[in-house]
This record gives sequence, structure tokens and C-alpha cells, in this order.
Amino acid sequence: MRGASLTLETVRFSYGAKPVLEGLDLHVPAGGMVALLGPNGSGKSTLLNLVTGVLRPRAGRVRIDSVDLAAIPPRVRARRIAMVPQMLSVPFAFTVREWVSLGRTPYLSPLGGERAEDKEAVARAMQQAQVEDLAERLVGEISGGERQRAALALALAQQPALLLLDEATAHLDVHHQMALLALVRHLNREEGLTVLAAIHDLNLAALWFDRLLLLHDRHLVADGPSAEVLRPELLESVFRSRVSVLQHPTEGVSIVALQKPVASGEEVTRRPDETVARR
Amino acid sequence: MIHTRVPVRKDLTERIRRPPALLVLPLLLLVLILALAVASAHGSVSILPATAIRIILNGLGLARFPATWDPREEAILLTLRLPRVAGAALVGAALATAGALFQGLLRNPLADPYVVGTSGGAALGAVLGMMVGAQVTVLGFGIVPLAAFVGALAAMALVVGLAGVGGRLPAVTVLLAGFAVSSLLGYTVSLLLVLNDRLQLQMPRVYGWLLGGIAVTGWSELAVVGPLAVLTILATLGLARSLNALSLGEDGAARLGIAVERDKRLILVAGSLLTAAAVSISGLIGFVGLIVPHVTRLLCGPDHRLLLPATALAGASFLVLADLLARALLPPTELPVGIVTAFLGGPFFLWLLRHSRREYR
Repeated sequence: MRGASLTLETVRFSYGAKPVLEGLDLHVPAGGMVALLGPNGSGKSTLLNLVTGVLRPRAGRVRIDSVDLAAIPPRVRARRIAMVPQMLSVPFAFTVREWVSLGRTPYLSPLGGERAEDKEAVARAMQQAQVEDLAERLVGEISGGERQRAALALALAQQPALLLLDEATAHLDVHHQMALLALVRHLNREEGLTVLAAIHDLNLAALWFDRLLLLHDRHLVADGPSAEVLRPELLESVFRSRVSVLQHPTEGVSIVALQKPVASGEEVTRRPDETVARR
Repeated sequence: MIHTRVPVRKDLTERIRRPPALLVLPLLLLVLILALAVASAHGSVSILPATAIRIILNGLGLARFPATWDPREEAILLTLRLPRVAGAALVGAALATAGALFQGLLRNPLADPYVVGTSGGAALGAVLGMMVGAQVTVLGFGIVPLAAFVGALAAMALVVGLAGVGGRLPAVTVLLAGFAVSSLLGYTVSLLLVLNDRLQLQMPRVYGWLLGGIAVTGWSELAVVGPLAVLTILATLGLARSLNALSLGEDGAARLGIAVERDKRLILVAGSLLTAAAVSISGLIGFVGLIVPHVTRLLCGPDHRLLLPATALAGASFLVLADLLARALLPPTELPVGIVTAFLGGPFFLWLLRHSRREYR
């Protein structure tokens, strides 16, 4: 598994008349491990959907290994780019193995069955995401943390060169958040998989990712390691919360401690853009 | 480096065992053949099921049993009874497959063949046909089945047209538009029944149509609908992989390289064709399309590559037996088969809800 590079060139996107991203430039080199931060509605999910090809930019270009994404057929694209979404409900009684096998969809002909190489890819993906022991269990019956590892296995069964995470750790407890990100980091370090992850938790981002991006008001407003991006005055203006930034005692990264608002709660609770739906 | 290996919980290690896929379809086929034999053997002239099977196998050219039976039995079986039970099988297969298609497409276990407005459209078509006069034929087809068929497809087209938003067809708006169109057309039928004297005279006929019944008396009535239903069911196998991917939601399917908008429309059209074919010869039969896919999913899992053909076979057997009960329970009265499917299907569905934690938690 070799990582792919990702490039966005002056990408603009809007839902109807409402602009979401404007003139966005970004380069993630092959093997990069990058976190995408920003408030609700800042366009993180939109950006990821532009990279998976589910959405098309209104202007500008998305390139994978310098090839224009719009020129890649959907099935080929699905063999290069995979995403672990927020926890999904699973409408039918799939076993973990059956569910992970859905990741082979872009490799199979419409009527043909799974070949030996597909079964191997599924087995390897389950092993990488540590869900082999759950293979014959129902997805609806395993815990949230297990389900997100199964979702990671599904994405890995696509054998991607670029792995996206869209708040994949959002509903997990601390242990399962750390376990999932440890798996992803392992894939990044050992297999060279390029990772771009939208994530709300600033400290998890600082701990596990080499580089942080901060999206705000349609633009990238910061880009760099945690020490450069997690600055109190920047975070306060973007997230409208009072914060202190500290040095992590052992990990050598910056971390964020939230502070209660000074006076009444009004300043932070009244958020004019909160009523604007993300989609 | 991975510093923690997540421990496997030992308390919930129940594994799912499914019957081998290669066994499920032959088994269901066997059940269907037995159901066809038993159902076609029953009637005013009783024929032994074993004899019926021999006659059927001879008729299909699959065997050469010596004709030890009365030739009149063979004539009754082949020209009168078999078209009827074959019609029941076709209707059951078509409705159950359509139900599986719509449940998969809409990710909604309550979806049935009529969710896209086809029941209302078919009912309005059938009632308009009865107003014109049930004896009228167009190109050799009875006006009532033809109008029901056209009405069902027109309602689906209306729903798809109304539910589209900027080139996309969101599942939720399909459900809502389908409900609205179906209700509106259904109440239009009620309005016609109140206002039209001629229809009021035909009230039992209209009512019987709405409750469903296999209105097949000869092979000619299956000549178009039969091949249409069978070919459509076979064609849906090409959509099985898309239906599987759609269980991840529409964006999830698109991320797997599925042409979501195209395949959604194909699934809607296939399901509506099957429903329209079924209603044209049977009126509105409930529950088949709702429960058969659920039962089949319990048996063989949610993979549509196996689920769709298994559902078609199971639906066929179910309706053949329901039609047999409709004929046999209160002779000489023939119950509307929709009542039988409701009485069998309703309680069974409730039992399923309470006892199958796997599918519905």
C-alpha cells in the first residue's frame, strides 16, 4: 500500500447560493498524516466529500497524485480513496465479514462473486483493523468502538492510497478513540497510507497528527504542527471559546484547556451562524 | 506502533451461521414445486398431488411418466388450474422482489411494493377501467388489468418527478411523495365510488379488486405479464451489488464507485414494473411484499445477490399457498387472497418483531 498525494487548487464550493469553501489551496504529500479542524459548518465534511468525489467543486481542481479527480472513473477512484464516516446505522443484519466485504465493491464485476484475492483483501483488512475475532458477529450487535474498527476495515478493504476520516472517533469513549487513531497512525507509518481526518477534538488532533489544518469562514486560516495552529487568540476567534494552550507534559505537543467564559454565558452561547444548516 | 490490542469481549461471542448459499435456492425451488403441485391438485375435481407432479413434469418435458391418469384430469390441470397457480406464483414472486428492492433502496424495513404510489395509481386505473366497462378489451387485453398496469407506472413516474431535487432523488422525499400521491389517488377512487352510479352497482367487484385475488383463468392472461415479471426479476440481479452498497447510505455507495442516481432510478423502475405486472392480474394484495423479504433475510442474510432470487422463490410459494387457502377454507366461497395474506402475514410479522432481535434492534 503506497500513499497518494492530495492537492486542492483554488477549490470553490457552495450549496446553492451559500458559499462553503472559497479559493482553497492545499497540498498533502504522500504519506502525510493531517488533521482538519474547524467549527461546525466550517466545511470540513464538504472538503472530504469533494476529495471522495461525492461532491464536485464549483471551481478549481482536486488532484490525486497530480491526476485530476474529475477525470478518474468512479470505480477506479473508489480503489484509491476510502473514507471512515461517523458512526453509521446498519439497516440490515450484516455480519462484520459481510459488511467489510462491501469494501470490495469497486473491484468486482456486477454479477461476479468474490475471487480469492478479494477474500484475502477482506481478511487482511479485518486483521489490520483488529476485527478478525468479530468476523461472524452482527454489525448491529457489536459495540460502537468495534463498529468503527469494522468501518475502518471496510475502508481498508478498498485498498486505498488515501484514507479519509470524517469524525470517525466522534461517538467513542477515550479508550476507543485512542485505539482507533493508533491503528490509523500505524497504517500511516508502516504502510505509507496518506491520512486526512476531520476531527473536533483539538487534543486528539495534536496528539496523533503531524500537521493540523484549521478551516474557518470558507478559508484555511492555519496550517502547521500543533505549536503553530493551537494558538489561544486564533482558537478564541475561530471557536468563540476561551482557551489556554499548554505544553503536553510528555508528548512534546501543544494541548488546549477550555476555560469558562468571563462574565455571563451569553457571549459564547449566542452564535449567529448556528442556525445555518451544514447541508 | 500499536500499544494496545483491544480485548475481545467474551460475553457476546454469538456467531451467525447461515445455511450455505448453494443450498438455499434449490431448497426454495423444491418448496415451490411442492406448493404448485398441492395447490393445483386441489379443486372441485380432486387430483392426487403425486399425479399432479407427474403431469406437470411431463408437461415441462422434464420426465416421461406413463399416463396412468384420466386424460380429463390432465386437461383440467394443464388448462385451468396451472394457469391460476402459476399466476399466483408470478404475483407472489413479483411483489416480494419489489418489496426487497424498495426496502433495500430506501433502507427502510417498512417499505413495501406500493411505497412509490403504485397502489393508488393501480386502483384508480382499475376503477376507471371498470367505469368504461370491464368487458372492453384493448389489443386483446382486458381494460381493467391494462388500466391498472398503466396507472401504477404513471403514479410511480409522478412520484419520481415530484421527489427529484436538483437532479438528485433523496430517499426520504420519495417515501413522502409516494405516500401523498398514493393517498390522493386512493381518495380519488373513493370519490368516484361515491359519485358514480355505475360503479356503485359494481361495488363488490371494486371491493374484491382492492382486496386482491388471482384473476387468471387461462394461459393467455399470463402471456405478457409472465415473461415481463420473470425477465425483470432476473434483471434485478444486476442491481444486487448496488443494493448492498446502498446499505451504507447514498454517499457511502457513491464512495464505493456506485453510480447511485442511475441505479436508484433503475431500482425504482424495476420495482414498479414488477408491482404493476402483479396488480394487473391480482388487484392489491398486501403483506406479501412486506414480510417475505424479512423472512428471507432471516434465512439467508442481507446479501441481495442471494436475497433477491430467494425472495422471489419464497414469495411465489407463499402466495400459491395463500391462494390455495383462499379457495379451500370456506368452500364454495372464495375468499379474497388479500385477506388470507393479511391474516397469515400480520400475526407472523408481529411474532417476528418480538422474537427476532437480530433484525430489528
